[in-house]
Amino acid sequence: MPSFSYLASVSACWRAAGRAKPTSPSRRGGEIQGTVTASGSTALLPLLKPAQEEFQKLHAKVTVNIAGGGSFTGQNQVAAGSVNIGNSDVGLQDSLKSAGLVEHKLVGIPFVFIVNPGVAVDSLTPEQYVAIFSGKITNWKDVGGKDQAITIIHRAKSSGSRATIQEVVMKSASFTDNAVIQDSNGAVRAAIASTPGAVGYVDAAYVDQSVKGLAYNGVKFSLENVTGGKYPVYTFGRMYTKGQPTGAVKAFIDYATSKEFQEKYAEKQGFVPVTKMPK
Amino acid sequence: MASSVNIGEHNLKLAYDRYMRYLFIASALLLTVIIAAIIIFVGQQGLMTFTEVSPADFFLAGKWDPTEGKYGALSFILGSVYVTLLAVLLGAPLGLAGAVFMAKIAPPRLRDIMRPATDLYVAIPSVVYGFIGLTILVPYIRVQFGVNTGFGLLAAAAILAVMILPTIISISEDAIRSVPRALEEGSLALGATRWQTITGVILPAALPGILTSVILAMARAVGETMAVQMVIGNTPQIARSLFMPTSTLTSEIVVEMGNTPFGSAWGNSLFLMALVLLLLSLAMIVVIRRVAGERTA
Repeated sequence: MPSFSYLASVSACWRAAGRAKPTSPSRRGGEIQGTVTASGSTALLPLLKPAQEEFQKLHAKVTVNIAGGGSFTGQNQVAAGSVNIGNSDVGLQDSLKSAGLVEHKLVGIPFVFIVNPGVAVDSLTPEQYVAIFSGKITNWKDVGGKDQAITIIHRAKSSGSRATIQEVVMKSASFTDNAVIQDSNGAVRAAIASTPGAVGYVDAAYVDQSVKGLAYNGVKFSLENVTGGKYPVYTFGRMYTKGQPTGAVKAFIDYATSKEFQEKYAEKQGFVPVTKMPK
Repeated sequence: MASSVNIGEHNLKLAYDRYMRYLFIASALLLTVIIAAIIIFVGQQGLMTFTEVSPADFFLAGKWDPTEGKYGALSFILGSVYVTLLAVLLGAPLGLAGAVFMAKIAPPRLRDIMRPATDLYVAIPSVVYGFIGLTILVPYIRVQFGVNTGFGLLAAAAILAVMILPTIISISEDAIRSVPRALEEGSLALGATRWQTITGVILPAALPGILTSVILAMARAVGETMAVQMVIGNTPQIARSLFMPTSTLTSEIVVEMGNTPFGSAWGNSLFLMALVLLLLSLAMIVVIRRVAGERTA
């Protein structure tokens, strides 16, 4: 069934072709034109911005518009047909699972558990992470640290980061409510840096000297450990289209996920190139 | 000839008057339509929550876990109420003392400095208040009271107390200054001291205005979002102490709104919280009108 966004993008091509016809009757075969609209995850914007610029340099007749709005906004808008691509750093919400959306993995997003620099622990096992974040262990001395209360500082229930940790680390266990909630990676890092005994998690790109990164089951976060399949705490940035993409939309997705673009830009923005991610 | 020109000019002015009148009526209508549209939209979207959540669960349960189907908003409602009352408790006496000082005690030159200084409070963006709270007040509370984090009701209420000061000071000061001079002079003539005059005559006479300022300050406090969100901890649990991280209606809305699917029960429940907030504010406005009405009566 041809979807709405498919029709929209095709008709956009037709309109553009119709305008272009009188001036260039002998159009070179394979030249792409049209408009690509995308919205969604703000976390992916730093990667999509250069993709947009580079792509428009390569294809002068294509206009790419990328807006933020949040992952769920992107999912909803692409399902409703108001954009061609919905960007998301979380999986599809249940209500859209049957909406005919196609997922394109864009980039790997690793997460790192961080603690206040005063915490003596360097690594925790998955079981210890679950025990801490579900509120069963509340003192660092129970996991090999000094006698100090654990303060959990992390993200709100609607956060994609939290959803990833829930899925990858907590699994069926639920987070304790006895935690401080901050509403961005930067705010979580700042609060952990200033609160003794604090623990939380951020996108790997946000780890700096003000906090201490914890190893997961003895494996420290590094690009090699993620691509080698040793460090499992990551999720994917994804692009959703309604039905299989065509024309300019397909070309843009192909470009953004290409080895050449990924290896040039992804690491620079704190992501892992999707071409290198473990399958 | 001359008179006909005058008539023409006069007609022009009449027409101008008429059209200006339409313009003003249109403006007034537009304002009414906008406020009605806001209430209707928030109300409609919010009340849709009740198709999936029972009112008792929403208002009386404290467990907020939308992914598990638990939509208890009691901790947010209580958080908003606690933080507002605490802020007024801390801020109102301070603001009232400032107003009395500025209206009756300060020499005119000092008053000329203090007035614009009070107004400056209003010009400070709330995110700046929040940032100062996060970097100075929260660590201070943590160290002084020996608690885990310092996030919680006390930090939020202290920040809000400062934020509502200009409202209380300026409106109370106006009320105090508008007390008829004869009352004050009569009191002094009867041998009352300045303190007796202020507490026994001026403050009671200015009470409706002072109450108005306190209620307006409460309306500001209950709606404040950014500064509160940064220092309260945003944890969906009912506060059992001043130092326990908790949430308010505004902080929960701002933290969750961006990532919550519009139209889901989760999204709708955030609109319902906004509706509760709107109704709280409206109730306070109604109370203000009552109080202000008493003064003129």
